[in-house]
Amino acid sequence: MADQADFADEAMQYAPQLYSGALRMTRNQADAEDLVQDTYLRAYRSYHTFQEGTNLRAWLFRIMTNAYINRYRAKQRRPQETDLAEVEDLYLYRRLGSMEAAAASLSAEDEFLDLFTDDEVKEALEELPENFRLPVLLADVEGFAYKEIAEMLDIPIGTVMSRLHRGRKAMHKALYDYAEARGLTAASRD
Amino acid sequence: MANCKETIAELDRFLDGELSDDTRAHIHAHLDGCTDCLSAFDFQAELRAAIRRKCSNDEMPPGLLDKIKACFAPDLDESGGRPNPAEA
Repeated sequence: MADQADFADEAMQYAPQLYSGALRMTRNQADAEDLVQDTYLRAYRSYHTFQEGTNLRAWLFRIMTNAYINRYRAKQRRPQETDLAEVEDLYLYRRLGSMEAAAASLSAEDEFLDLFTDDEVKEALEELPENFRLPVLLADVEGFAYKEIAEMLDIPIGTVMSRLHRGRKAMHKALYDYAEARGLTAASRD
Repeated sequence: MANCKETIAELDRFLDGELSDDTRAHIHAHLDGCTDCLSAFDFQAELRAAIRRKCSNDEMPPGLLDKIKACFAPDLDESGGRPNPAEA
């Protein structure tokens, strides 16, 4: 086992990512700061359980996800297991034509997607019910594999996949709704 | 070779890097010859990149790094770990 001082040095580089992730989980700065500190404290104390050579970032996110679920979810009266309305596949993509027409000066898709402000995208994610928000955060923002997410959330891989599928579509629909509200779609300009 | 419906059904797993080599090759073969599906895959990949970019750029509050470093003190008592932010 490497010593704790080395661990501290190694682990610090992930602080910005953990803080962003904590903000998406808790949805406010004070709780996010507490959650990140809590995560590092737990990590430091249980460093001896970390297997050298395995993914330190995944290990830290696993600790943080657990801390969030145990501590912050406990504040709520009951676990938030909300369902989502069904959204068709490729929701945003299918509507792209009318939106690009509205934003005629933009040709590339990445420029088009930059029409969404950072705050809108964050809000679209944060508005998802927690049981969908955590898988989408861990997969699409943090880039973890299904298996890692299943372990972090203690749910079967099939459940990770179905929540990702539905959570992503709901998030994309929320983005479309923002675009419509801002007059970026053809429909909203009639 | 996969058809359009099968290809779109695998879009998530393809972009997530969770397909077997075999299935991945089938999807690739379809995308090579189908601009409609390729365009949908491109869009979803761009969308995902934009989401990642825009959801992971938060500025850490001043003082948080110092609070984290305080978590690494060897003999931390229960009241420790939450010092005042350093005057930097």
